[in-house]
Amino acid sequence: MLIRGGRVIDPSQGIDRHTDVWIANGRIAFLGDGREMLQQQPSGPPPRILDVPGCVVAPGFLDVHTHLREPGFEYQETIASGLAAAAAGGFTGVAAMANTQPVNDHPAVTELMLRRAAAVGGTRLYPIGAVSAGLAGKELSEIGSMHEAGIVALSDDGLPVMNARLMRRAMEYGRMFNLPVLSHCEDQGLAAGGVMHEGVVSTALGLPGVPEAAENVMVYRDIQLAAMTGAHVHIQHVSTAEAVKLIRRAKAQDIRVTAEACPHHFTLTHEAIQQYDTNTKINPPLRTAEDVEAIKAGLQDGTIDIIASDHAPHHVTEKEQDYESAPSGIIGLETSVGLSLELYHQGVLSLAQLIAKFTIHPARLLGTARGTLAVGSPADVTIIAPDQTFVVDVASLHSQSRNTPFLGWQLRGTAVATIVDGNLIFERL
Amino acid sequence: MLIHASPHEVHEIDHVEDTIDFRGRDLLGMEDFTAAEIAAILDTVASFKEISERDIKKVPTLRGKTVINLFFEPSTRTRTSFEIAGKRLSADVINISVSNSSMSKGESLRDTADNLAAMRTDALIVRHKSAGVPHMLARYLPSPVINAGDGAHEHPTQALLDLYTIREKLGTLAGRRALIVGDIASSRVARSNIIAMRKMGMQVSVCAPLTMLPVGIEKWGVDYTSDFDAALQDVDVVMMLRIQRERHGDVLFPSLQEYSSRYCLTSARMRRAKSEVLVMHPGPMNRGVEIAPEVADGLESVILQQVTNGVALRMAVLYLIIGGV
Repeated sequence: MLIRGGRVIDPSQGIDRHTDVWIANGRIAFLGDGREMLQQQPSGPPPRILDVPGCVVAPGFLDVHTHLREPGFEYQETIASGLAAAAAGGFTGVAAMANTQPVNDHPAVTELMLRRAAAVGGTRLYPIGAVSAGLAGKELSEIGSMHEAGIVALSDDGLPVMNARLMRRAMEYGRMFNLPVLSHCEDQGLAAGGVMHEGVVSTALGLPGVPEAAENVMVYRDIQLAAMTGAHVHIQHVSTAEAVKLIRRAKAQDIRVTAEACPHHFTLTHEAIQQYDTNTKINPPLRTAEDVEAIKAGLQDGTIDIIASDHAPHHVTEKEQDYESAPSGIIGLETSVGLSLELYHQGVLSLAQLIAKFTIHPARLLGTARGTLAVGSPADVTIIAPDQTFVVDVASLHSQSRNTPFLGWQLRGTAVATIVDGNLIFERL
Repeated sequence: MLIHASPHEVHEIDHVEDTIDFRGRDLLGMEDFTAAEIAAILDTVASFKEISERDIKKVPTLRGKTVINLFFEPSTRTRTSFEIAGKRLSADVINISVSNSSMSKGESLRDTADNLAAMRTDALIVRHKSAGVPHMLARYLPSPVINAGDGAHEHPTQALLDLYTIREKLGTLAGRRALIVGDIASSRVARSNIIAMRKMGMQVSVCAPLTMLPVGIEKWGVDYTSDFDAALQDVDVVMMLRIQRERHGDVLFPSLQEYSSRYCLTSARMRRAKSEVLVMHPGPMNRGVEIAPEVADGLESVILQQVTNGVALRMAVLYLIIGGV
């Protein structure tokens, strides 16, 4: 395959130039002038040519925070529908969280997820193993055998590991296998009953709030545990200005901490909840304009390494309950790239900075050699059109669920082609 | 004794409608109403209050209208008040009580709304433990929705009947000073009253232990303190809120005894207040906890008049929203 006429940006190699990408045998064969490559092509069937003028050709995008809901909640999403949504959103790989039913706390579940994903083909699935058995926060899950089965990180995401001693042991034990711990930072005592950011809007709406401190105290705890154990802790879905500060300071102290932010947390504030739209109910909650600015600043200066979707499908009947009863979470795989490109349009991030947060940084977290266009690497490629309008509507979504506050939005920029191992798995060129 | 509204009264009410038309509108919260609209509603109450004083307490105003009282949360006073209000206007009032547990797991709010719409109801009165439910139902229902209390958000008819009672007793609202005491953070009565009182030009203070003051109260344009004795001085109205020992499993104060010692409106404390102060309580009261029995039953208390006015106010609201043709 020849990808011709695009602007190739690969932060892993510091490349940003107009050139062509030649793919052979599922790997990146050559970056350079496509005409030369075509002339050198031995006889045989002509290669597939993708002409992508005006587009950006990047390593395959990775989403480190996805809920695929299978096994157990197939009415919300299946591995097949979730991976289809991922491909349509420009992702060549997604990390699937462990809060399935049964929980991914055992190699049998890990193997099932990988087998299903392989049968579906397309976007790759990176399983995340639970920290604790049954996400109960009491004892460690089968970490070693899950590692053998293919997990790439540990997380009880959705629930915090409240017991600091268990968290310490998970970090120590996971470190033997180079498994980072992805932490959902929320003090359950402080957050109890809360359904939105605690502040003037929650007071006006009469909804119970989650104070920022619920996140901050846990971010600080996990940074301290990472410093103590030498383990790699990754702070998920940063939502507060103070958390950004704590992470910035920890990085300056060379503590092994990385962090992700979700598009909704740098796009919307708690003001979006005014009409009690349950598609604005997310955990951690939408916070203030100051928090949004702090997250953007954290993305800009590198404090926040990764942009992740926290794709969390819920059935429409679950979201049509009252605000307090409705489950938290929104789908994000198909809006993540478009919403994030707004940071480029606003001048917050260069395209190279933005792409690094979807490619080489997530690849390092997940311990995969992908996330690069280095010659010889598996040919995972995401092609984006930064100025092409993408309207979020029900008909355009591939996810089985529809729970997004961005329905009807016109996003500036979208992924237009997704290539995994040299196979074009999605395109809207 | 007449059994229907006199032509004169109807004429007066029509005059109000000439300026502000409430027909078909939702009553979701005081946030949505202007001072002029609030005044117009209050001006309509007196003629309905008179009906309740008659021997035969019924007028045909809403004959043929169907009003649903949909209560997802137990309520005696408010539900009965709305029911009596509807029946005195000859509306067909249907009470539906849904226990929280069975509803939250079953039918979605949208289905509830769609079914009520399919039955061609004329108005829905709804109470729910979760804030925003009346607003969500109103989005799906073509007929008007009246909020009878949603979580810790709003309870607009309570605020309106409180304003009516204050105006009835004191003559004016603007410039009057009100003090609201108790669990402000989780009180829909406090929220609706603060909003409505400020719109009507009243000065509002709130008093509670710091554990019961909501985050961001300083942005609400009210004075706040934890010192009840100091706060009581110079107010025209003191409104006591019911205390719940626990909220969301949250411990907000050490003991009822300690709470009472600091925040119970006793006759000793009443001596610090103006002699003509109005004592109000939205009910149900915990006698001896937030209000001493002798104060609840005392000369300054207008608590039962609030209940009487509640029926008239709700009659007025129903009339304004679904009455007239």
